[in-house]
Amino acid sequence: MPVSASSWSFTEDDFGAITKALERFLADCNARCALLVDRTGQLVATVGQRPDFDPTAFATLTAADFSANDQLAKLIGENDFNSLFHQGEKESMYLADVARRVILVVLFDSRTTLGLVRIKMRQTVVELTQLFEIVFARGGSAEAVPNILAGADDEIDKLFQ
Amino acid sequence: MSMINYASREINCKIVYYGPGLGGKTTNLEHVYGKVQPDTRGKLISLATETERTLFFDFLPVDLGTIRGFKTRFHLYTVPGQVYYNASRKLILKGVDGLVFVGDSQVERMEANQEAMQNLYDNMAEYGYDLTTMPFLIQYNKRDLPNAASIRELQAALNPGWEVSDPARMRPVADPAHPGEQLIEQLPTGEWIERAPYLEAVAVSGDGVFETLKAVSKLVLKSLA
Repeated sequence: MPVSASSWSFTEDDFGAITKALERFLADCNARCALLVDRTGQLVATVGQRPDFDPTAFATLTAADFSANDQLAKLIGENDFNSLFHQGEKESMYLADVARRVILVVLFDSRTTLGLVRIKMRQTVVELTQLFEIVFARGGSAEAVPNILAGADDEIDKLFQ
Repeated sequence: MSMINYASREINCKIVYYGPGLGGKTTNLEHVYGKVQPDTRGKLISLATETERTLFFDFLPVDLGTIRGFKTRFHLYTVPGQVYYNASRKLILKGVDGLVFVGDSQVERMEANQEAMQNLYDNMAEYGYDLTTMPFLIQYNKRDLPNAASIRELQAALNPGWEVSDPARMRPVADPAHPGEQLIEQLPTGEWIERAPYLEAVAVSGDGVFETLKAVSKLVLKSLA
């Protein structure tokens, strides 16, 4: 799969719809927290209980985890592993691919079960994939979003004096 | 691929330090980590072997200031330099906004430098990225060592210049950091070439580390402006 470096952006409406889908998912499966991470390691959204770890580092490692597993999949003749599960003593996490560009991570504990998380996650991934495909179909949409740095050369120079 | 978050008013960019094994990539990040205010940086994550060789990557997020009310957050990554870690090295390049090639100045490492540079071009090309059109600079590290090659030799081996094909860019551009040197120039053969900007460093003592970070960050932000 060619990895695209093209930029994408979503509007407040997109963000609202994504957040709503994730909140519903968390309520349905009684999980603690869901994070959306872009394949390059950037954190896109966090929903649910605020994580008490560094979310930036978490996002980076999530993307790396997924990328490494993609390569492992290829080695054994699979195209990819579209979901991963890490089990801990108290906390566990389930990761799923969304539209080949984003990773949905859900953190859960003993208040729910892996089976329930997995079933609910499958529906949510379908829903999110549809939402993200609309976002990606809009393209880089660089024109649609005002470039906040346009003409900021002076300010950039000043920052590095 | 930079990410602009309007909700938290942040611009996030990814910078990758590339280069041969034991060249000083991790040392660059460690120095930055040690010197910046703790409230402007995140955790330094190192996925390393027991002998402190980078296995997958090192990662450090730093805030460099505010532009137009947006916090500029740079995610610094290093790659494992050892030749046989190419699979993980390539993964780190995904979505990169700016690159620093950390070259080892020691004469004995010339071949390793060239191999790493070639590997960088190859991996970038596989992603469809063009190194010649994106923020990219070279840091010649370990300038304090007695066996360091001259800058002229290093430039000839690692930064000989790529051909300029856009007629609009065929005009001499001086290198602001090195008086008397050119970033874009016409060769006696008539061909126009462009070189990546370079800096000298002794990462272990911190010389040139922040200069490198500032230079590449500035190139990245200017590429977005």
